[in-house]
Amino acid sequence: MNMLRRQDLKVIAASIAGFAILNGLIESGVIGAFWQFNLIMVGINIILSVSLNLINGYTGQFSLGHAGFMAIGAYVSAILTTNFQLPFLLALVVGGIGAAILGCLIGLPTLRLSGDYLAIATLGLGEIIRITIMNIQYVGGAAGFMGIPHNTTFAWVFFVMLFTLFFIKNFVNSSHGRACIAIRENEIAAEAMGINTTKYKVMAFTIGAGFAGVAGGLFAHCFYIINPTSFTFMASFNYLIMVVMGGLGSITGSIAGAVVLTGISAALADWPEFRMIIYSLLLILLMFYRPQGLFGNVELLDAKWVKRLKGGKK
Amino acid sequence: MEFTEQLIQQLINGISLGSIYALIALGYTMVYGIIKLINFAHGDIYMVGAYIGFFAISIAHVSVVPALIISMIVTGFLGVLVERLAYKPLRQAPRISVLITAIGVSFFLEYTSMYFVSPQPRTFPAVMESTAYHLGVFVINGQQLLIFAITVILMVLLTYIVQCTKVGKAMRAVSFDTETAQLMGIDANRIISVTFGIGSALAAAGGVLVGVYYNSIDPLMGIMPGLKAFVAAVLGGIGSLPGAMTGGIILGVVEALVSGFISSTFRDAAAFAILILVLLFKPSGLFGKNTREKV
Repeated sequence: MNMLRRQDLKVIAASIAGFAILNGLIESGVIGAFWQFNLIMVGINIILSVSLNLINGYTGQFSLGHAGFMAIGAYVSAILTTNFQLPFLLALVVGGIGAAILGCLIGLPTLRLSGDYLAIATLGLGEIIRITIMNIQYVGGAAGFMGIPHNTTFAWVFFVMLFTLFFIKNFVNSSHGRACIAIRENEIAAEAMGINTTKYKVMAFTIGAGFAGVAGGLFAHCFYIINPTSFTFMASFNYLIMVVMGGLGSITGSIAGAVVLTGISAALADWPEFRMIIYSLLLILLMFYRPQGLFGNVELLDAKWVKRLKGGKK
Repeated sequence: MEFTEQLIQQLINGISLGSIYALIALGYTMVYGIIKLINFAHGDIYMVGAYIGFFAISIAHVSVVPALIISMIVTGFLGVLVERLAYKPLRQAPRISVLITAIGVSFFLEYTSMYFVSPQPRTFPAVMESTAYHLGVFVINGQQLLIFAITVILMVLLTYIVQCTKVGKAMRAVSFDTETAQLMGIDANRIISVTFGIGSALAAAGGVLVGVYYNSIDPLMGIMPGLKAFVAAVLGGIGSLPGAMTGGIILGVVEALVSGFISSTFRDAAAFAILILVLLFKPSGLFGKNTREKV
């Protein structure tokens, strides 16, 4: 335990140093507006993919409705800051809670399903959320919700992301998280061992939805306008791809997946006509040659080659 | 009286739309029945089918039925090709990898077609004059009759293939138990390819019919119908052919009624609401078999 804490402190120190460097580069203008925007997107995508990984990777419940929860968080927080002038942090938190409550309500009935059925049910629910928002005139309907203050900065995204990562990491390492992993490995065996499977599945789903809502809030406050078309099931696919690409059940994997995929799509932005073709081919090839994702289900710091690199104890 | 008229009219519209969903849903249900894959690329196969039909009519100047047959053959081979190149190497891989590959194939088909045929919607050539036939109080037009006729013919043909031919018997055997079927001397890979071919050909027929019915096609047209056809397949009981047919028709009718009597923006939501209700109360669908998970 002691070792773990020390490693956590090291990681926090390293990430704050990394933040200082990146922020310095942004302030001094070395990183231009385009890449600054992409850094913000990387942060938001990391929150989304890590929270989805909690549901899909750790608990083994195949959800395809993440964009729906993101939409709830985005709209709730945007309404609070734009129409009620509440502080940004409070709006983010309320957006997250809103998404979490909805996640819980949706999770309770649907998590009885498993596998493909759950996937398609969550996909359907995500679409229902989006279509419902599209029909609410108070938030602009299909045209989108306009006039949102531009509050999201790199610092906001970075520290919310850091909080998310440590929250989910600690959750996974807690007894609750272990119960979730047991459900993933074998639901019937987990139940036989006395784990309340429904409770833990809904818990993981609620937490994942909550963080998706927070990410949605950050997303809404970086564009001035949000539109229901940003939250289609295609967006959910995108986060699923990040999670699978990094490795189901690996937090560092999800980070890598989000960084790599956001990076690829930014780098290919100059060739819009080929962008999605190359992207899809990369995806297929990755599944051929590395179906378990970049990291499999181990963390970067626990991977064999990193340990060998560091030498020392087993 | 006016209400009844409108109701009957929406029923006719619904059944025509539903026939198209049913044609796509058949491919989904066959593929799912045999390799347990939600083939997200199926909707895009349908889009490719529509484009092949479009080019056959506008460039080769054939009439609608030959265009339909050409499109079904070419798209059938495309389906086999996709299966061979993208899904066959992953036969032993975890299911989620195959699913992600299907999403990848779907993106690939969408954006490659977009590159070649331009993202702008195309106007499908008017292949038949839209004569309206007045049957008593309600109206049915030529396109709708064509859709009914083609759908019925294809469904009869499919039922014949699956129930009465050797290939069909092998398909049923492989979907029932792949390993045992292989031990009995069935070449499962060939049967899976045939299934993809037949499913894709049916989707292509749906694509051409949609072009004829709505007069407009575009490279992203397959996403929503593809998803809804999957809903139809689940509604009918995945893996069941009569289920996919009924599911498609029911979905089409419900959508037409919702857009006719409530609001057309809630059309898509209605489809997904049906899906969730079915999954919650009867996950095996209308015609599906009840299976219990064993330890």
